[in-house]
Amino acid sequence: MKIVAVCGMGIGTSVLLKMNAEKALRSLGIDADVEAADIGVARGAARTAQVVLTSAELATEIGDVPAKVIVIDNFFDVAEITQKIQSAVE
Amino acid sequence: MAVNLADELSSIVTQAAAADWREAVTLAGDGLVAGGVATNRYTHEMIDVVLQHGPYMVVAPGVALAHARPSPAVLRTGLSWVGLSAPVEFGHTANDPVSLVIGLAATDHQGHLAVMAELASVLVDPERVRQLIAATDEHEVRRLLTEFAATS
Repeated sequence: MKIVAVCGMGIGTSVLLKMNAEKALRSLGIDADVEAADIGVARGAARTAQVVLTSAELATEIGDVPAKVIVIDNFFDVAEITQKIQSAVE
Repeated sequence: MAVNLADELSSIVTQAAAADWREAVTLAGDGLVAGGVATNRYTHEMIDVVLQHGPYMVVAPGVALAHARPSPAVLRTGLSWVGLSAPVEFGHTANDPVSLVIGLAATDHQGHLAVMAELASVLVDPERVRQLIAATDEHEVRRLLTEFAATS
């Protein structure tokens, strides 16, 4: 499975999301590659991904993609990310 | 991955007054400039990110991670810390209002990963965030961060 963590610039929030998503996936026992992407390349990256993780603000910028877009409120909260990934893949 | 955030922060201000998100981000930018991390241009770049993409950098309840992309305005990778005496609204749907603004400047997409991991592990705890925001000087912030680093 491929997951893309999207933020505006690719240095801050997407990096946080990528790290915490990897922790979440480990605890769920899901084998997936997580890629951090900025909004400029996100649409392209999302085309080949199954899941996109991002904030509510950026989700609207990403628009329609085949991937499932998951909105994360608290990027520090591995529990929230774990629960949302779990319900997305089930 | 023994990163102590207290050592990574090039500037810390507490109980700062900001009228709105723009002033709060400017304070974080001023901290990066004072720490020799970035030039004033980077402050404007961080504000432009909010104007263009919205307040997505409010990454957790009460906490904004102000940043822009690596640019010539970034002199080295570094972080600044601004605790606000009164919270400001960024317009975020879930995490407003903001009482802590962390300014991040990075020269590339990789060099600061350990710091970001430490930041996430400390700031995931709302009680720790509350204590850090209530701190009245730089030394108290550094002391708390050192204490949290030892126990996380």
